[in-house]
Amino acid sequence: MRIAWEDYPASASFDELIGPGGAPRPAAIALIEFLSALGPEELATRQKAADVAIRSMGITFTVYHEEGGSIDRAWPLDIIPRVIALDEWQRIEAGLQQRAQALNMFIDDIYHEQRIVRDGVFPRGYLADSANFRSQCVGIHPPQHIWAHICGSDLVRGADGTVYVLEDNLRVPSGVSYMLENRQVVKRVFPEVFEAAGILPVDDYPSQLFDMLRALAPAGVDQPEVVVLTPGIYNSAYFEHSYLAHQMGCELAEGRDLVVGDDDIVYMRTIVGWQRVDVIYRRVDDLFLDPEVFRADSTLGVRGLMRAWRAGNVALANAPGAGVADDKLVYTFVPAMIKYYLDQDAILPNVPSFLCAEGDQCAHVLANLATLVVKPANESGGYGMLMGPKSSLAERKQFTQLIQLNPRNYIAQPVISLSTTPTLVEGGIEPRHLDLRPFILSGREVQVTTGGLTRVAMRKGSLVVNSSQGGGSKDTWIVDTSADYAFARS
Amino acid sequence: MLSRVADNLYWMARYLERTENLARLVDVSAGLMLDLPPRLSPGWQPLVKITGNDSLYAEQERDYSEKSAVKFIVASAKNPGSMMTSIARAREIARTVRDILPREVWEQINELYLYVGEHAAEASARRTRYGFLGRVISSTHALTGMFEGIFNEGDALSFLTLGRNIERADMTSRIVDVRAAAMMTGPSAAQLGAFETVLWMGVLRSLSGYQMYRLKTRERVYGAGVVRFLLADEQFPRACVCCLRRAEDVLHRLPNSEPLLRRVSRMRRAIHHTRFEALEQGELHEFIDRLQVSLARTNDELARIYFVGHSALQADVAPILAYQSQAQNDKQITA
Repeated sequence: MRIAWEDYPASASFDELIGPGGAPRPAAIALIEFLSALGPEELATRQKAADVAIRSMGITFTVYHEEGGSIDRAWPLDIIPRVIALDEWQRIEAGLQQRAQALNMFIDDIYHEQRIVRDGVFPRGYLADSANFRSQCVGIHPPQHIWAHICGSDLVRGADGTVYVLEDNLRVPSGVSYMLENRQVVKRVFPEVFEAAGILPVDDYPSQLFDMLRALAPAGVDQPEVVVLTPGIYNSAYFEHSYLAHQMGCELAEGRDLVVGDDDIVYMRTIVGWQRVDVIYRRVDDLFLDPEVFRADSTLGVRGLMRAWRAGNVALANAPGAGVADDKLVYTFVPAMIKYYLDQDAILPNVPSFLCAEGDQCAHVLANLATLVVKPANESGGYGMLMGPKSSLAERKQFTQLIQLNPRNYIAQPVISLSTTPTLVEGGIEPRHLDLRPFILSGREVQVTTGGLTRVAMRKGSLVVNSSQGGGSKDTWIVDTSADYAFARS
Repeated sequence: MLSRVADNLYWMARYLERTENLARLVDVSAGLMLDLPPRLSPGWQPLVKITGNDSLYAEQERDYSEKSAVKFIVASAKNPGSMMTSIARAREIARTVRDILPREVWEQINELYLYVGEHAAEASARRTRYGFLGRVISSTHALTGMFEGIFNEGDALSFLTLGRNIERADMTSRIVDVRAAAMMTGPSAAQLGAFETVLWMGVLRSLSGYQMYRLKTRERVYGAGVVRFLLADEQFPRACVCCLRRAEDVLHRLPNSEPLLRRVSRMRRAIHHTRFEALEQGELHEFIDRLQVSLARTNDELARIYFVGHSALQADVAPILAYQSQAQNDKQITA
C-alpha cells in the first residue's frame, strides 16, 4: 500500500517537505517517492528498527526528576528526515558565519575597549545588568581573539517561508552528538535512499572540532593535550561529552582529574603521574569553572583554572564570559552588531522582538501579553517562558508582575507559527512543528555543520521542541539536486 | 591515561568477570544437585558463601531453597554481589568510560545489562535456567573476544586485563576453598566418598576446566589433583597461577610497577611450590585465606600507585615528562 500524501493535512504553517497542493518540494522528491513506495507498514517496521538501534547503541539523554533523581532515556528520533535544498542552505550557512563573526567581535570588544558602547550602538546600561557579563574576563586576550568557539544557533521558519534566528547559544551548547547519531541510525534503517538522494555527509564535525581546538594551544606546544571537561555522568548532556571525547580521541576529564600547579599550569592526574593539559573544551558552566574566582562551593570545576587561563597557559573553549552575548536582550542587537563590525546587512533576520527594558515597548508587551511569547533574557531549554495564546489569565498576571519587577530580564516576540514536516505518529503521518540548531565553529576559519539538529514537537499543534519537555528529533538532510551530483551517484 | 579512567576500567573488567563467574557457579551447582542423592546434597548454602554475602542472605531470606538462593545470587538488586548488581555496575562504569571503549564493546555490555534485567527470572526456573546462564556466559566471552580483537594494546587494555585476571584468581580460589571445605569436613564427609569424583568434576565444570584437566593431567579426577590444577596450573586460563602470570605480563608494561610485580610473583611462586597432596583441609583453607589477603593487597597497591596516588604535584612532574617523551618516541616509531 502506498502512503496517501493527498490526505496529508494542509495548514497555515509552512511545510518543509510538502508544498502547497500536496506536491513534494523539489529537494524532497526522491525521499517522498521512496517513502511512498515503502508504504505505512514497512515504515512502521523501520521506525521500530531505529528504536531498537537507539536502545542498543545506548543513545540517551538524561532528564531530572524531582523525586527519582536523574533518569536515562532513549533518545527520541523520528525516522522521516527533514530536507533542506543545498542552495537555500548555502545562504543560511553564510548568514550563520556572518553572525558568529560579529558575535565574537562583540564579545572581544565588550571585554576590552567597548567601542560599540562608546559609539552608542549598544546601551551601557544593558551591559551593566547582564547576568552573563564576567568582570573577571576584562582585558584577557584569548587566542585569535575568539571567545565563542562553538555556537549553536536556533533557526525557525515562519509561515511565509522566512528563516529567522531565534537565539544564539554561546555558553555550552549541546546537541551536536545527536545530529551525528541520528545520521548513523537513519543510514542503518534507510540504506537504499542514500544511494540516490544526493545527501551531503555530516560526519566531519568531530575532526573539525578537534583541529579547531588543537589550534588554540599555547605557543610552542607541538603536541597539545586536548581534554573535554564534563560535570560528570549526571549531567543531562553527559552522553554528548563522552561521545565527542571518543570521536576526537582525547581524554574526558572531570574537575577532580585536573589540578593547577603553583606554576599556573593545568595538569591532569594520569597513571604515570601529572601530565600537562593545553586545551580544555569545557562543558561546565562559567560559574562552576573555578571555585577560586566564581562559586566557591563548586566541586565540578578546577581551582586556579582562571589563573592558568589568564596566564595563557591553557586555552578554554568556549572562553569564560562568552555567554555575555547569549543574553536574549543582547540578541536583539545582533543585526546592529553585524552592521557595526562588518559593515554588512544581516543575511538572516532575527525574530522581531520587543525589549521590556524600553518603556514604550514594555507598555506594548504588557497590553498584548495574550498574543506574544515572553522570554527571560538568561534562561535556556525553554524554561520560564510565557506562551501568550495558550496562557491563562493567572499566568499573564504573574508575568505582568515579573516584567514590572525586572523589565531588563524580559523580551517578547510575536508567536512564530513554526514550520512543519511529515512525522510518524500513531495512526499515520501528520505534520509536526520543528526548529533547527546548526553548530558554528569559529577558529582560523568559521565552519558550519552541514544542516544541524532538527528538533520536533511530537504533540499535535505544540511548539515546544525541547527534548527535556517531550520533543523528538530528526535527521537533517542537505540535498544537492544539481545534475552533477545526480550523475556522480548514478 | 587518566587515573580515574584506569580505575574505572579495572573495575569494569572485574564486574564483567564476576558476572560470568556467577553464571558458571549457578549453572554447575544446579547440575550437581541433580547428580547427588538429596540427603548428601551440599545444598545452596555453599554457593551463597562463595559470593561472600551469607550474613546479608540470612537477613533477607528465610531458607536456602533453590528458588531463594538463585534469586539472591542472580537477580537481587539488594545483594551487592549478585549478577544483576555486577552487570549494572559494569554498565554504569562503561558509561563513564564510553569515550575510550569501542562502540561494539559498549553495545555488548549495554545489551547484556538489558538482557539480565529482563530475563533474570529465567534463572530460577529449571527449564529456562540453562539457556539464560549460557547466554550470559557467551556474552561475556564475546566481550573478552572484543578486548582481544578490536582494542588497541596499551594502558586501557592493560587495566582491563589486570581486572579480569585478579577477579578470576579471586573467584577460582573461593570456589576451591568452599567446595573443599564442604567435601572434606562436615557430617556427611565420609559418605560422600563414593561421590567424590562427581563433586570434583562439578567443580571443574563450573570453571569450564573438565576437559582441560583431562587433557593436561591424563589422570583421574580426585580432590588434590583438582585443587592443584585450579590453583597452580600455568596454562589453564582460569587457574590462579595462570591468572597471576598474565597479570605479571601486563605489569611489566606499566610504569612504576616494581612493588606490584614483586608481590604478584611472590604469590605465584608460593602456589607453585605448595604440595597440595600433603595439605590437610584446614591448612588448605589457611593457604587460600593468605592468597586472598594478598590479592586484596594487590588491589590496594594498584589503587595507591595508579588510581589515587600522585599527591605531591611538583615532585612528580619530572619523571612523568620523561615517560611522556618516551611515549611520544614510541608513537613516532609505530606511526
